[in-house]
Amino acid sequence: MRRRLALMLLGLLLGGPTLAADGASSKYRPLPGGRFESVLPADGKTAPAVLKPFRLRSEPVTNAEFLAFVKSHPQWRRDRVPGVFADGRYLSQWAAPDQLGPAALPRQPVTRVSWFAAQAYCESEQARLPTWYEWEYAAAADATRADARSDPAWRERVLSWYARPSNDALPPVGGKPDIHGVRDLNGLVWEWVEDFNAMMTSADSREQDGADKLKFCGAGAISMEQKENYATLMRVAMLSSLKATDTTANLGFRCARPE
Amino acid sequence: MKRLLPLLFVLLCAGVAHAASPLPSDSLYQLTVPLTDQDGHTASFAARRGTPQIVSMFYTSCTMVCPMIIDTMKATRRAAGEPANLHLLAVSFDPERDDVDALRRYAAAHKLDLRWWTLARTGPRDTRALAALLGVQYRKLPDGDFNHSSALLLLDADGRIVARTNIIGRTDPEFVAAVRKATAK
Repeated sequence: MRRRLALMLLGLLLGGPTLAADGASSKYRPLPGGRFESVLPADGKTAPAVLKPFRLRSEPVTNAEFLAFVKSHPQWRRDRVPGVFADGRYLSQWAAPDQLGPAALPRQPVTRVSWFAAQAYCESEQARLPTWYEWEYAAAADATRADARSDPAWRERVLSWYARPSNDALPPVGGKPDIHGVRDLNGLVWEWVEDFNAMMTSADSREQDGADKLKFCGAGAISMEQKENYATLMRVAMLSSLKATDTTANLGFRCARPE
Repeated sequence: MKRLLPLLFVLLCAGVAHAASPLPSDSLYQLTVPLTDQDGHTASFAARRGTPQIVSMFYTSCTMVCPMIIDTMKATRRAAGEPANLHLLAVSFDPERDDVDALRRYAAAHKLDLRWWTLARTGPRDTRALAALLGVQYRKLPDGDFNHSSALLLLDADGRIVARTNIIGRTDPEFVAAVRKATAK
């Protein structure tokens, strides 16, 4: 870990984006993509999502990695970030704007980051945030199956994580890898997606049929399918309620790249 | 000409002073987005600093709500007494189809007065970031249309949001009052 970071820092110092990119690309795992039955049908009714092959960061971004980013991009320090990009709790668990401290261990996932900050970090790795479809597709996997969602035990595991009190300290990243070699999609932190502001679900499901034509151009709010996949629907509800400046104690992120 | 020169000088100095003062922390102009307008000119979003703006998002092939968004912006300006220092900006959700030509044709079809109107496009990533900044939701549908929320935002001369309305299809009296106040200064 330390060596990888050192390499990345060296790359940055030498001004060599290639070297920095190489350091980061080992952290990205290829996923094949294809047609995927999302809880959010692409047309608002039944159409599956279609995903191009992409690469996903195998782990959420850690405090140590985000600290290195903040040091090389000081405009993202908590004492310098413009209010229009992050709320007042941004990185408030760190001991100082450029120091982690006891409440933010190096291998814990970074949290209290806004969508703007997460996107900026990903750009520094020549990447972007994953789309919701990419994230949901990746998170449907377990150790042996690319899509484990029909297994009640899988759903139970995700839901039992939600039930864990969120005031406990976060475990470090490094959960068991899934079939794609990706870790911690479920069970560690909630994660930002690039199109968090594309999840136009109504708070009240009864409103979804009568398309609110003045609010939504086109087909109206999308309806959520697969009601039995409650764990995923909860995540959609959470993401759709966020503003891009919001930062919370259990919301982190990882990055993705096109193949 | 002789009279124009001192005026130009004053304007230049004002411009320099303006550029030199740092942007407020809550200014939307902190986001560096390039905007290309209906004439093909590209300038940064922050170049709009100095004049109050009504900002919204739309796309030209939308037949239902978007014409209403544009009409509501027009009507709001009229209701506020056509203030000379109020600019109107509508940015497309659909950079794929809304090229400069499409924007120019739309401006002509809707008789938009280009002294204060700007229709603009930017890249896909910047479109998403701008929507996030404005608090607008949008989603592309498989048929090429978009689902999107509709909002008008009033920015002060420094790019801070001073009012917001989701009322489309008629003028919102509170929003009009805010426009009058912001343009009176």
